[in-house]
Amino acid sequence: MAKRDRLSGNEAVAEALRQINPDVMPAFPITPSTEIPQYFSKYCADGKVDTEFIPVESEHSAMSAAIGAESAGARTVSATSSAGMAYMWEELYLASANRLPLALALVNRALSGPININCDHSDSMGARDAGWIQLYAETNQEAYDNMVQAYRIAEHKDVRLPIMICQDGFITSHAVQNIMLMDDAEVKGFVGEYEPEHSLLKDTMAVGPYSVSNYYMEARRAQMEALRNAKAVVKAVGEEFGELTGRKYGWFEEYCMEDAEVAIVIIGSAAGTAKDAVDRLRKEGKKVGLIKVRMFRPFPGTEIAEALKNVKAVGLMDRTESFNDCCGPLGAEVTAALFRAKKQCEMINWVYGLGGRDVRVEDIEKVFADLYDAVENGTNDTYRYLGVRE
Amino acid sequence: MKTDFDKLSQSCSWKDLTEGMMIFEGGTTKAFKTGEWTSVKPEFASDKCVQCLLCVPVCPDSAIPVVDGKRGEFDYDHCKGCGICVNACRPGAILMEGVNK
Amino acid sequence: MKNIVEIRWHGRGGQGAKTAALLLADVAFQTGKYVQGFPEYGPERMGAPITAYNRISENDIRVHSNIYEPDYVVVVDESLLETVDVTAGLKKEGAVIVNTEKNKEDIIPLLGGYEGRVYVIDARAISIAALGRYFPNSPMLAAIVNVSGVMDRETFMNEMRGSYAHKFASKPEVIEGNMKALEMAFDQVH
Repeated sequence: MAKRDRLSGNEAVAEALRQINPDVMPAFPITPSTEIPQYFSKYCADGKVDTEFIPVESEHSAMSAAIGAESAGARTVSATSSAGMAYMWEELYLASANRLPLALALVNRALSGPININCDHSDSMGARDAGWIQLYAETNQEAYDNMVQAYRIAEHKDVRLPIMICQDGFITSHAVQNIMLMDDAEVKGFVGEYEPEHSLLKDTMAVGPYSVSNYYMEARRAQMEALRNAKAVVKAVGEEFGELTGRKYGWFEEYCMEDAEVAIVIIGSAAGTAKDAVDRLRKEGKKVGLIKVRMFRPFPGTEIAEALKNVKAVGLMDRTESFNDCCGPLGAEVTAALFRAKKQCEMINWVYGLGGRDVRVEDIEKVFADLYDAVENGTNDTYRYLGVRE
Repeated sequence: MKTDFDKLSQSCSWKDLTEGMMIFEGGTTKAFKTGEWTSVKPEFASDKCVQCLLCVPVCPDSAIPVVDGKRGEFDYDHCKGCGICVNACRPGAILMEGVNK
Repeated sequence: MKNIVEIRWHGRGGQGAKTAALLLADVAFQTGKYVQGFPEYGPERMGAPITAYNRISENDIRVHSNIYEPDYVVVVDESLLETVDVTAGLKKEGAVIVNTEKNKEDIIPLLGGYEGRVYVIDARAISIAALGRYFPNSPMLAAIVNVSGVMDRETFMNEMRGSYAHKFASKPEVIEGNMKALEMAFDQVH
C-alpha cells in the first residue's frame, strides 16, 4: 500500500535508498546534498539497512571507492553536489567507461565562482558528456521515483552504465512537500536483487585496462551503444513503474502541447512554476505549452523535435551558462534536433535561475510574451537572460 | 558480455570488444609478443653459468625460464632487452651489446 | 479558508522560524492538505535575518518560487521591523502578526503604511511563562493558525501534541510546557 507523507527532496531520496538497501555507500558531505548521506548513515547506524557506509576523505575518493565497490559486484550509491562533483570528474568518466551501474544522487548546485550554494544545473550539465545516464526531477516525488527506478535502468544487461539522479538544490532538496511513498516490499520487489554477471570477487578479470589508439575508438563506440540502449530501458522501466504506482514516466513530459503555438522546453523544478504560467495563459486563450525534459542523457532529440513540430516559436530554458556566446546545453540539443528534423521556427534560448535566482510564474509569462512577439515580428536576439538586472 | 579473449585483435569490430574493455583471463601477457620491442638481445653462454639462478627473479618480463631446476634459454618472445640480467650475472654468463660486449 | 494560503515568516537565525514553517507544513499535512514548507537559504548565521515560507492548499502545489504576495506575514523578531520591509507585497485582505510586548497602535506606524489587519502577540512573555525559556516559534505557530484559520483549534492542538510527542521523545517533560504555550498564544494573539 502506498503511503501519503510529506518529505523534503533529500529525505525522499534517503528514504528510497533505505528501501533499496544498496550494498555500499561511499560519500563525502557537501551542501545541499549533505542530508542524503547524513540520513542514510543514521539508517546504517540504526541497523535499518545493511549497507557498508564508507566515510571517505573527499569526493575523488568517494567515486573511486564507488568504482571499486561496483567492480567487486556491490550495488553502490553516492551523493554529491557542485564542487563535490567537480572533484569526482576524472572518476565519472571511468565509471561509465568501465560500464559500472552505480547511482549518484546529485543535488544540483551552482559551480563557483563567485562561490554560491544555491541551485543551478552547471554541475550536472558540465558532466553531460561523461557517459552517464541523467534523469532530472521537478519535485521531491520525482526525485524519489527516479531513485527507485535508477538501478533497474543502470543494471539492465543492455545498459550497465552509471546513472545520475538529479534534483534542484534547496528548491526541492530542502522544501517539505507532499509525497506518495511505496511500501518497502514493493520497492524491494521492483528493484530486485543485484546479480552482476561478472565481478572481481567471483571472476578472474582485469577492470579498466589501458587501450591503445587501435582499441580506444572502438571502446567509445561500444560505450555509446550502451547509452543508446538506455533509451528504451528508461521508457520500459518508467512504464512498469507507472503500472505499479500510477505515476508513469518517459523521456520527457508534454504539458498542453497538443495545440500549442508557442512552447518552452525546460528541466527541473522551474517546470512546475512554468505549468502554472501555462495554465494562467491558457485561461486567457493563449495556446501555450511546455516540454519538461526528464532524461537529458541519452537525449531524446528526435522525439522532442516531433513534439515541437507544430509550434511557431520555442523558448529553450537553460539553468546554466555555457560560456560559448551561442546557446546553453539544452538549447544546443533542441536546436540541433529541430534542424535535423528540418523544422524551422523562432528559437530563443534563455539562461535563467543561475545560483538560485528565483523563477516566478510572472517570469515565465514574460518568456511566453517574448515568444509571441518573436512570432509576430521575428527576432535576432536569440540568446537572452531571464531576470538579470541590466 | 564475456567475449572470447581470442576474438580480440587489432582488427576486431567494436561489437567484439568486452564490456567496459574488461579482460576475463589471467596471464594474458603471454599472448603479447613484447620481444620485438628491442633490437639488442642478451645472449646466454651456458658454459660459464654456475646455476645460481640470480638472473631469474630480476627479469621484469619473466623471460628467463627455469626448467627442471636449471636455467633455461631466453624467451626471446618476451625479453625486451633491458639488460638487468647482464648486471646480475656474476660469472659473466650473459653477454649483451652495449652492456658488457 | 481560501483555496491556497501563502505565508511568509521573518525571523533571525536560531529563533526557529524555519522549524515553525516546517511544523506548520506538518500539521496542515496531517489535516489532509497539500503543503510546502521551505526556507530561503543563504549564509547561515545566528542572528541574521532569515525568511521561510508556507503554502497550504486544497490542490497539488506546483509552483516552486518564493512567495512575493503572501496572505499572511509572521514576524518572529520585532527588531526586524527596522531593517526588513516585512509587509512587502502583503495582501491588503491578509494580515501581519508581530511578536512584541508593545501595543498594536505602537507597531502599526512601523509597518510601512500597511492597510490590512495587524496582530500582536507577546511570545516572549508566553514562552517564559509556559517554558521558562525564550522559544518564540511555538507561540507564533499558534498565532498564525488562529489568525489564518488554516485549521480549527482542536485539530491543531491534537496534531501538535502528536508532533511534539515525536519531536521530544527523549525529553517528554517539555511537551506540556509547549502545549501550554500554544494554548496561551491562541488566546492572546490580538
